[in-house]
Amino acid sequence: MSLCDLSLAEVRDGLRRRDFTSVDITTACLDAIAELNPKLNAFVTVTGERALEQAAAADRRLAADEVAPLLGVPLAIKDLFCTAGVRTTAGSKILGPFVPPYESTVTANLLRDGAVFLGKANLDEFAMGSSNMTSAYGAVVNPWTRRGDNAQLVPGGSSGGSAAAVAARLAPGATATDTGGSIRQPASFCGIAGIKPTYGRCSRWGIVAFASSLDQAGPMGRTVRDCAIMLASMAGHDPKDSTSAEVPVPDFEAACERGVRGLRIGVPREYRSDAMAPEIEAMWQQGLTWLREQGATLVDVSLPHTKYALATYYIVAPAEASSNLARYDGVRFGLRREGADLQELYENTRAAGFGDEVRRRVLIGTYVLSAGYYDAYYLRAQKLRALILRDFTEAFTKVDALVTPTAPTAAFAMGEKMDDPVTMYLNDIFTVPANMAGIPGLSVPAGLDVSGLPLGLQVLGKPFDEETVFAVGGAIERSANFSTLPSLRAGALS
Amino acid sequence: MALDPATVRRIAKLARIRVSDEEVARLQTELSGILGWIEQLNEVDVSGVAPLAGISHQRLPMREDEVTDGGRPDAILANAPARADHFFTVPKVVE
Repeated sequence: MSLCDLSLAEVRDGLRRRDFTSVDITTACLDAIAELNPKLNAFVTVTGERALEQAAAADRRLAADEVAPLLGVPLAIKDLFCTAGVRTTAGSKILGPFVPPYESTVTANLLRDGAVFLGKANLDEFAMGSSNMTSAYGAVVNPWTRRGDNAQLVPGGSSGGSAAAVAARLAPGATATDTGGSIRQPASFCGIAGIKPTYGRCSRWGIVAFASSLDQAGPMGRTVRDCAIMLASMAGHDPKDSTSAEVPVPDFEAACERGVRGLRIGVPREYRSDAMAPEIEAMWQQGLTWLREQGATLVDVSLPHTKYALATYYIVAPAEASSNLARYDGVRFGLRREGADLQELYENTRAAGFGDEVRRRVLIGTYVLSAGYYDAYYLRAQKLRALILRDFTEAFTKVDALVTPTAPTAAFAMGEKMDDPVTMYLNDIFTVPANMAGIPGLSVPAGLDVSGLPLGLQVLGKPFDEETVFAVGGAIERSANFSTLPSLRAGALS
Repeated sequence: MALDPATVRRIAKLARIRVSDEEVARLQTELSGILGWIEQLNEVDVSGVAPLAGISHQRLPMREDEVTDGGRPDAILANAPARADHFFTVPKVVE
């Protein structure tokens, strides 16, 4: 048993009891990163020296009996959060030279609460992807492999570096973001937990923007409780984000133990399809049985516009992305490629700086917003979005939470699903609706597929009712008792 | 809906991204595939539905119209790929 095996809650409590120091646990994480990052590529930037300084400062505060929610706890930070004085790339070449002069609100909240930052975690370029294959800094390798097969698998995306780092025990927790499933799908693929909170729960200020009406930050951890602890520090109202909600942050950690007795759990019939792998269907039924055994009532519900959520998303998200990414012009920050005139400078810079997937989405977004097409695409998508939200609003008059599979498959191999962009987009079929409706969604590991890869269940809740989501997730976690470990992890013989 | 090469070039121009002739052909296939898949939305009757631009749980907040930040030109220009004193520089745009 090494310090890397401890959950985030155990690290926090061990530090408070002085069982070990923040320098001890931070050193253990940095050693694990040095050993495994060359294989996993989970980190774009490791800030070892800074981390040890922060850890030493935390140890001084701990020695003075100071109490802060995350005092001395090391974390990985998705490289989409701006960190003052530390390069922030968003997984893109165009931000390769960018060193933010400011700190994002979410990471500032974590620092306020005493966290130590190990470095910046790899991701799909501008968080656009479901495999982490689109990063300009190389693909991330999933620490899991299929039984009897050494093929390298993707960790999911876009928060693939965060997920791989937590699963391989390089960090007890990580920040992540979710625009269409970027926390929940990689959590499912890597056998860990992750929650996208309600839109507005965490400030978006200082997070590199992808689709502003959908983007939301959240934590990834090895347990539901670890996610609850992190979210309590990340969340909270911020006047610098006008969509940040002015609502109190409840005791998420306590909610994990509430249980599900008396809760009504909705099972959306539209999430069932003939194409779903039998083992995913079986895991879903198993999860529902566990909840019923713990005292919940299962209710069949209908979300009739589910099948249109993904196509709606692929209008709304690229439209917002094309507007947000207009700022990368080679003039004020980031990469620059000279041209004969200003127009050429823009075009050369953006051609050199954006990867294929980002370029596709910017072009789709530009098209659906362009004169003559706006009504047919963007306006229609906004109306579909209203119908998707209405489905959830009606369902939540009958139930307290919904439970579905997180993803239609387990992790796939690198190179698979690369032939056609739409095949890759289908990964997010179960996660995208929550972003369209702004509701919270948690993925919790629930079982293994036939080849020994982890599968997650998704819990969806009412706006600002993450407590019920944590209660249901905690109940699934207790029944699942998921204890299988990935083959690549800190301390394992390789 | 299949995009023709001229449309792909026009979108790329609007998006300020240079594309080569070779890339135009590839993008034509990829973008047409995505747009064709999106056309399934046409089967939904959306008449009378108010469009939803985003999820807002509250009214957008108001505040005093006053300066809350600024006066840090060096920090802001630190990331500029090209600068002169406290200015960003670009190719000449006015003859």
